[in-house]
Amino acid sequence: MNRRTLLASFIVAPVASVLSRRAAFGEAASLAAGPRAGYFPDVVLRTHENKTVRFYDDLIRGKIVLINFMYATCKGLCPRQTANLVQVQKALGDRMGRDIFMYSLTLKPEQDTPEVLRDYARGHGVKPGWLFLTGKPDDIETLRRKLGFAYSNPARDRDKTKHIGVVLYGNEALDRWAACPAGTDASEIARYVLWMDGPKKK
Amino acid sequence: MFTRRKLIKAGLLSLPAFQYAASAGAARSSPANSNGSGSPPTPPFVAELPIPPVAQPVTTPLSPTPDVNPVAGEATRAPHQRWNEFFPQKFYEIHEREAYHSFHPNLPASKIWGFDGIYPGPTFHARYGEPIVVRFRNELPPNHVGFGIPETTTHLHGGHIASESDGFPADFYASGIFKDNHYPNFFAGGDPREAQGTLHYHDHRQDFTTQNVYKGLNGFYLLFDALDSGDETDPNPQAFRLPSGDFDISLDFADKRFTPNGELFLNPFDLEGFLGDKFTVNGAIQPFLKVARRKYRFRLLNAGPSRFYEFFLMTGTGQSVPFTYYIANDGNLLPAPLPNRGSVRLSVAERADVIIDFSPYRIGDQIFVVNRLAQEDGTGPSGGLLNPGTPILRFDVDHDAADPSQVPSSLRPLPPIDLSQVVKTRRWIFGDDNGGWTINEKFFNVNEVRAAPRQGTAEIWVLQNDGDWGHPIHIHLVTFRILSRNGRPPAPHEAGRKDVVELRPDDNVKVFMRFQDFMGRYPAHCHNLVHEDHAMMFRWDVVP
Repeated sequence: MNRRTLLASFIVAPVASVLSRRAAFGEAASLAAGPRAGYFPDVVLRTHENKTVRFYDDLIRGKIVLINFMYATCKGLCPRQTANLVQVQKALGDRMGRDIFMYSLTLKPEQDTPEVLRDYARGHGVKPGWLFLTGKPDDIETLRRKLGFAYSNPARDRDKTKHIGVVLYGNEALDRWAACPAGTDASEIARYVLWMDGPKKK
Repeated sequence: MFTRRKLIKAGLLSLPAFQYAASAGAARSSPANSNGSGSPPTPPFVAELPIPPVAQPVTTPLSPTPDVNPVAGEATRAPHQRWNEFFPQKFYEIHEREAYHSFHPNLPASKIWGFDGIYPGPTFHARYGEPIVVRFRNELPPNHVGFGIPETTTHLHGGHIASESDGFPADFYASGIFKDNHYPNFFAGGDPREAQGTLHYHDHRQDFTTQNVYKGLNGFYLLFDALDSGDETDPNPQAFRLPSGDFDISLDFADKRFTPNGELFLNPFDLEGFLGDKFTVNGAIQPFLKVARRKYRFRLLNAGPSRFYEFFLMTGTGQSVPFTYYIANDGNLLPAPLPNRGSVRLSVAERADVIIDFSPYRIGDQIFVVNRLAQEDGTGPSGGLLNPGTPILRFDVDHDAADPSQVPSSLRPLPPIDLSQVVKTRRWIFGDDNGGWTINEKFFNVNEVRAAPRQGTAEIWVLQNDGDWGHPIHIHLVTFRILSRNGRPPAPHEAGRKDVVELRPDDNVKVFMRFQDFMGRYPAHCHNLVHEDHAMMFRWDVVP
């Protein structure tokens, strides 16, 4: 599927909106792509602020990021993990939204509209620099598999209550990726993310 | 899709074993859970088995001179324990470097990281009573792009080593810095029955051990004493005179994947565990080794990252033949050799020393080391044996040679287990929490001390697998003894001294632990490297 058919089939994403969003990410567009660029699906997503973004170009290209999966009605795991990641966000301070970004993708895109995710983010006290994301179910599924949030056991994988509660952390430009359980102590996760800095910031 | 492997599993296709030589290269199918494309084809048995060089001590003194406290340019660490008591007699310097390595003649050389720029790294030949210092210099590219992180902390697996020289996962240091690891090479508790033999050193960088070890930071460390002296002509009447020198060969088994261009490939988004579709031994894909018609000692290591093996020996005509003797598990000689073993099973980081006697064969015969253990994904073996399995190494019986070696009917006696020393029993439950790997429902936190046994005491640790994954559990510092596996005594090959125990689904293994010679912080963890990196680890400290 090429970019045009993708956009055409994604009704809630007018082209103009994509373009304006990309303009707003003007700084990001100049960031150098990492060597694994072609691996990441550049699918169109919508943020909890109801803006349209591309997963690769707008969200991860050249950036230090944290990525996890959740859904708004998840009762056990997600609220705990989101609360923990709020502490991670606090610990990362003003770097969040400047050169470190956090992304939570919904596992239930049919239910989790931008409005639902907006309420969820507000309810948890999420600050700028952290986006909750929804999109076409097929695109979300592609991302989930590409990013490793799928069990090889199909029965286990279908059980959303057992969904993988790991947070990926990485530096796309360095192609440096690792993961830890999202329930790891928040101060530790924040420390791990700084390992992604590379040699320029000691 | 019906892959060849699935057909074989389903019994719809059976292959006579003698087709190994012809079919081995094509018989591989890609692991189901990997996002990479399959590796390029590589015909088997065209590369000769590489034998790493023996590490040599420095000929000019290290500068600055190693000392109790860190010296200029050295990474932060606690002072060396028992430095004067085990004052180093030999000094080594190892450079961790990026280099190009040939995995197969049909593939272009691939970038690796190696100790001294080679994979596997140089093999240490250490001797009891001869303490050494190894200066590990991190000279990896600081601006590295790709999998692997250029920060390292070298662990000597199996070693009876003080915490500050043990390669604790959080003790990593950056490129441009070195660290002096002090290896005292003395018997635990001063008891010669505690002598060890086959150890390996590898990077242990927190959360990145999979990537850095897979990239090549792994090597052998062999320990010799008066009995296992490494001399098959030793005049000492007590010496075992096991096959030595060119007939004592270490084998590092590791599965890998490659990009279509032949570059070493790792998928960092494989959170269950990473499986390769190429089988390497000492860094070569499916190599061959020319052997003489005599006895050899082979030291087998499963270097991971996530695959388990069960090795069989097969002749070129498809006949299964036994390993002549199984003499050591996890590098430690058994009280007596186990003759005629049909197979050797190794979970990740386990070792087995075996004797294969090629004297009954004729020149021109070929014998294959075949892995028959079925494993479809990184969670562990799926159960059952493949037929025919994958031939990984071929021995070509090539010439005659004198054989002064022997395999005595008794080897190293076991130290007694004194249960009256036990002051505590601890339970460790290995499970999962939504895709994160847990121990007692917790994830690794380097600041949290989960057990603090006292020096001079003993404890029983109960290792319980709560789930349907396989977990090879490794405990640093202590060479332990299995008291029971699922309520029954351990099998003969794991009744000796061990440092890794394979937990199959729902297994319950009780081990006897003694805390003798050193204090400080150590980890225990799953040695499926991907599980280890995703938090299946805990810190424990030996305290006064």
